[in-house]
Amino acid sequence: MQAIVFDGVSFFYKPSEENELPKLILNDLSLEVEKGAFIALLGKNGSGKSTCAKLINGLLTPTSGTVSVFGLPLSGENTDLFEIRSKVGMVFQNPDNQQIASIVEDDIAFGPENLGVPREEIGRRIDYALKVTDMEKFRYSQVARLSGGQKQRIAIAGALALNPEILILDESTSMLDPKGRREVTEVARNLNREKGMTVIDITHYMDEAAEADEIYVLDDGKLRKKGDPSEIFSDEEMLAETGLELPRASKLAKELRLQGLPLKKGILSKEELLEELCVSLRIK
Amino acid sequence: MRIVADKITFTYNRKSKFATRALDEVSLEIAEGDFLGIIGHTGSGKSTFIQHLNGLIPVESGRLTVGETDLFAGVKKNKKQLKNLRSRVGMVFQYPEYQLFEQTVFDDVAFGYKNFFPEADKEEIKAAVFGALDLVGLDRSVLNRSPFDLSGGQKRRVAIAGVIVTKPEILILDEPVAGLDPLGKNELMALLHRLHKTSCKTIIIVSHDMDEVADNCNKVAVFSEGKIIKVGSPKEVFNDYEGLTALRLDVPITEYIAMKLKEKGVYIDTDFSSEDFVKKLVDFYKNVK
Repeated sequence: MQAIVFDGVSFFYKPSEENELPKLILNDLSLEVEKGAFIALLGKNGSGKSTCAKLINGLLTPTSGTVSVFGLPLSGENTDLFEIRSKVGMVFQNPDNQQIASIVEDDIAFGPENLGVPREEIGRRIDYALKVTDMEKFRYSQVARLSGGQKQRIAIAGALALNPEILILDESTSMLDPKGRREVTEVARNLNREKGMTVIDITHYMDEAAEADEIYVLDDGKLRKKGDPSEIFSDEEMLAETGLELPRASKLAKELRLQGLPLKKGILSKEELLEELCVSLRIK
Repeated sequence: MRIVADKITFTYNRKSKFATRALDEVSLEIAEGDFLGIIGHTGSGKSTFIQHLNGLIPVESGRLTVGETDLFAGVKKNKKQLKNLRSRVGMVFQYPEYQLFEQTVFDDVAFGYKNFFPEADKEEIKAAVFGALDLVGLDRSVLNRSPFDLSGGQKRRVAIAGVIVTKPEILILDEPVAGLDPLGKNELMALLHRLHKTSCKTIIIVSHDMDEVADNCNKVAVFSEGKIIKVGSPKEVFNDYEGLTALRLDVPITEYIAMKLKEKGVYIDTDFSSEDFVKKLVDFYKNVK
């Protein structure tokens, strides 16, 4: 089953001045995301990644083409945007832009309260969301006093309280320190593995992307390439043209290879690099 | 300009019950020409420390000298003196592009200059703005555009231009590459090196990216709970895998590999920059062969 389908989607912003040309953000983009997949969406600034995210939950409407979520189109006459939006949880870059209430519990309740979910059910959802994000002990804490990583986990909890089937992380880790980044990606990973949540991780960190099941690369509003991490990170011509780079371990492996140390291609993690080095250097 | 901090201490909300000690007798010497990396987890005192260096936070106790300027606790600072200091010690905060506000790139960069030199005439301002844009590598065609129409990496360069427009000798940047895409990141690091060679003698960066620090800095200071617990060359500082991981800090990937190889009885003598590490490993390989 396809969780998300983009069919010939174009999107442009109306120009602010009369004599300007419209700015084309997405250009006849077609793509599909399988239910239960963990996808990393990559591309340089301005390639259309965030626009895609906003089209998936109907914050934006395509200029032409259609976006469907679990078979339901997001535009057209009989669209129930509320229903679709409740299926798609989004976590943005800056947690401070996404938090409403001052106490953690109230903040998580805000979404389901808005949808008129009964009180008892809201309580259950808060329990669940806090448990999954490992934030139970902060239930009555002030949001403002949490660390960046904790705030983003609360933002995920807030999204989970809507019972979404898709979770979109729109550069959610870019303002966090390495520890906070790991906390957030681990929560998303667990949701994907244990609950079958479809996750779309929009990121600039190649090491983070290397852990996804599949990577989609956007360039100039088009899908330039999709494939598993080893396929994507072995296509160096494409990486250079789309402004991406190699994960840290792959970069180091490449340098070593260039200097004459034989290492197999497709190394993505530091553990793999270590293993391969031991083989080449004949270390037991 | 040399920076000498001698046992500086600072407490937020000193007089209330929420008092938190942010810096605890921090001593550090930063020589002219240093490319210093400041590392430490969130809340370790990094930002509080750098804000002392241009007088944004007054010294509560201890001694701090920046070039000729004394910022000791109790020493009366006059506005003129502080202004002069701030034109010579440039400070680029996290996400500096959020502070862009003018209609055009030119006006935004000029604002930084006029702030410090209100009596400057048009020609002088123009020369300063052009100079700053050249330094950050922005084409003059962007001068009359709105800074908000530019890409993330370009916006950040405009914001940096607005700081280096006064030709500071010391440039301090709080997480300069956070949030940029890989291309923007590489360009910005190249820019910092260019600045280091040309106009800003001393560069200080706060960073969470250990590989970036190992590759770029000649000196590293590790903050933890308001104290500097280690300072030295990357080689000295990163040669302590257990210590850094106990602080829940990342280590450079080069250090991870070197440490694991050491456990297997192979010692690679490296400064942990990727360039040096690759060279040493290749040398080792040639010997094995």
